[in-house]
Amino acid sequence: MTAASVAAGTVRGTLRATRRDYAGLVFAGLLLLSLLFTLAVLGILISDQLARGLPVFAERGTDVLTSSLSSRPSQAGLAQGIIGTALLAVMVSLLAFPLGILTAIYLEEYAPANRFTRFFDINIRNLAGVPSVVYGLLGLAVFVGFFRGLDVGNGRNVLTGGLTLAVLILPLVIITAAEAIRAVPNAIREAGFGLGASRWQVVRKLIIPAAAPGILTGTVLALSRALGETAPIILVGGILGSFSGSGSFVDLTTGPYTVLPLITFDWARKPQEEFRALTSAAIIVLLAVTLLANTFAIYLRNRYDRKW
Amino acid sequence: MTAAARPVRRSPLEGSPARRRTEGTIRTVLLAGSILTVLISVGIVLSLLFQALSFLRQIELSQLFAQGWFPRRGQFSLPTVLAGTLIVTGVAMAIAAPVGLGSAIYLSEYARPRARKIIKPILEVLAGIPSVVVGFFALTWINPNIVQGLFSDAKGSTLLAAGIGVGILSIPLVASVSEDAMRAVPQAMREASYGLGARRITTSLRVVLPAAISGVVAALILATSRAIGETMVVALAAGASGGSLFTLDPLGPGQVLTAAMASLAAGSDQVTGNTAAFQSLFFLGLVLFVITLLLNLVGDAFVRRTRQRY
Repeated sequence: MTAASVAAGTVRGTLRATRRDYAGLVFAGLLLLSLLFTLAVLGILISDQLARGLPVFAERGTDVLTSSLSSRPSQAGLAQGIIGTALLAVMVSLLAFPLGILTAIYLEEYAPANRFTRFFDINIRNLAGVPSVVYGLLGLAVFVGFFRGLDVGNGRNVLTGGLTLAVLILPLVIITAAEAIRAVPNAIREAGFGLGASRWQVVRKLIIPAAAPGILTGTVLALSRALGETAPIILVGGILGSFSGSGSFVDLTTGPYTVLPLITFDWARKPQEEFRALTSAAIIVLLAVTLLANTFAIYLRNRYDRKW
Repeated sequence: MTAAARPVRRSPLEGSPARRRTEGTIRTVLLAGSILTVLISVGIVLSLLFQALSFLRQIELSQLFAQGWFPRRGQFSLPTVLAGTLIVTGVAMAIAAPVGLGSAIYLSEYARPRARKIIKPILEVLAGIPSVVVGFFALTWINPNIVQGLFSDAKGSTLLAAGIGVGILSIPLVASVSEDAMRAVPQAMREASYGLGARRITTSLRVVLPAAISGVVAALILATSRAIGETMVVALAAGASGGSLFTLDPLGPGQVLTAAMASLAAGSDQVTGNTAAFQSLFFLGLVLFVITLLLNLVGDAFVRRTRQRY
């Protein structure tokens, strides 16, 4: 054995910990446990709903999806909620997405760095933290009052619901879109300006295409959040209990309406045991809608995630 | 280019008048969106303020400190709903803080990149579950299986179960905000710590966590604010839809700020127009708005501090 290898062995020996690091192991175990707790909750929640709700689908098939609301659990179905949720999705997309994206473009690309811009920014961040039930109060005071003033029914219709939800997710859309735009490197802007492009040309031809995946992810997540919201819809007067509508377009937009989460809430508080299973069936449909949208958004982000 | 021979003036660089007009119009259109967001804030504050003031004018101050929250009987006890909110929020944070923080440390300091790539989306899925679903879960699974399993004298719906439900909803927020803060800690600090022979637990707790503390505090404050404003979980799981006496018992039903609003609105066929019961809705909304606004402002200030440090 040469002197060098002896020395190497000694050094290696001192570097290797002699005691087992029990505190470290326990700590790592606790961390893993907290993560497993979260995963377990998610697993139990979903499997519990499936176990309760799937028998309803097995028994009644698609009838659950196509029947109207009813006080008799054997006939009650989700059709009106599916229509209401779809209408709200269209309204929210048409209102909140363009407005939110344009505002984000202004804040990131146009706004001068002054007091007003800083105020806009702080204001939007705070709006994003306002509880959703408060947006319901805003909708009740402003939108419902406005439509009642116009004599459009009693003001409690899909239009007021859609406006309320659009206002609710607007700050979310702005923040995520602004983040996506900010992630586009300055070199791209400078290249555009260097070729003589105007600001709008740079935004339209360079920034928006580069930020599109990020913006799309944010908007889909915001939409999914809007479709799962219950409290604001309760406040702006979505119908709890059953109702009948003629199905005409005017009636759909200005008559009584409900959405999937609202039906879930209504059925969940009914005392009859049969409605428990129905509630889970409604939850399965609701989760299918919101989680599909979420998964799609996360997939988009991971697929197009670009490091500049 | 003949223009090169002439001295450079500003006007050719600014483009044609038509082009400048277009640019100006676009700038104005885009600015409108920002102004609208300010109008929304003003709208929220005004609509809450007017109706809340009208409510306060209608009632006597002693009604705000009645024995309980029974809006239809003219009892608008503020301490009752605040106590309920405090219990639910306390339970929620007792769950969300350790679990969310533990998950964040694991993801930021322990997990391999591949594990991270799988676990993070799962946390995001949890964040995407509608609160009404968690409310039903708290009522039909957590309360009978966990709460009544641990405490045999627990009622059919309890503030404790509602708090656990709200806590579950808050975990993703705590985890993602504090993980962002920990990942923003420069790698050089970790390497310096390991270079001095520190173990992973020491590096995580004594180097990374203190460096990221602003972000962690922000995560906890923002999650608290979210927990206070959470409505559907408590509306379903905390019971007491008609009203409740003042209570500090987490093992029984109770009334919470947000749930009181939901149940008032859910029965709004009876209470509508300018009755005190209807307008108490806006009073509660104002209280809720002020509390969450203060928490959000403080939380945001902490978030900005992390951004500035490194």
